[in-house]
Amino acid sequence: MVYLTRKAEFSASHFYHSSEFSAEENRRIFGKCNNPNGHGHNYTLEVTVKGDVDPRSGFVVDLKQLKEIMHREVLDAMDHRFLNKEVPEFLTKIPTTENIAIAVWQRLQPKLDQAQLHRVRVYETPDLFVDFYGEE
Amino acid sequence: MKAHLTRRYVFSASHRLHSPKMTAEENLATYGKCNNPHGHGHNYALEVTISGPVDETTGMVCDLVDLDQCVEREVLSRYHLENLNVMKEFAVTVPTTENLCIEIFEILKRGFPRAHLERVRLEETMMNSFEYTGL
Repeated sequence: MVYLTRKAEFSASHFYHSSEFSAEENRRIFGKCNNPNGHGHNYTLEVTVKGDVDPRSGFVVDLKQLKEIMHREVLDAMDHRFLNKEVPEFLTKIPTTENIAIAVWQRLQPKLDQAQLHRVRVYETPDLFVDFYGEE
Repeated sequence: MKAHLTRRYVFSASHRLHSPKMTAEENLATYGKCNNPHGHGHNYALEVTISGPVDETTGMVCDLVDLDQCVEREVLSRYHLENLNVMKEFAVTVPTTENLCIEIFEILKRGFPRAHLERVRLEETMMNSFEYTGL
């Protein structure tokens, strides 16, 4: 079994707000992230797939194909977007880094056939990242 | 849905690697330049990974402010700009980055009950790092 990781970057804006909290609770819990005008990040996405090395190609997965899937399913939807307003998952869920990692997993997992998705890592900033390994 | 969240911090400290269980020659042979009696310092980078279910309402594993405050209070304020060898936890134990990593894991395990502590990873330099998961 070999693990292969592909990186990509996207830039997007978001804000944190839950309709289950009062305005005051939202401000207290989410702080500056509650500003309804939003704020932005340069996200770094790392997608790790695993599988056996194909004896003929020497590949775990066709990297070009993985790149295309990542672009089509994730970057085209999230890059240069206001996540709360333009990405369907975040019309109902708060676009925290945790929920972004889960959404990326759910977008990629059904589209990968050559290799198995192992981990989705999303960096919000260089000092904060979330890993999601699927439903454990 | 369980997710792992990692936060990165930096602190600077000095240490000297010297074991009272070894002779002067053995210490020098084992630790090399790190055995210099005057000590030396590093800019450490600390990565703390916690895990837990993503809260349906907040979308978060835990409040980052709580984690930051705990790490600041229990770890960074304790070690930043200090000499590790004079601290009580390293009175007998050699302050290698392995031992410092284990110590920080134990401190946070006790100090941060709000989420499961998965891993502590400590970079001593850009070229080496150590991980401890409690096992």
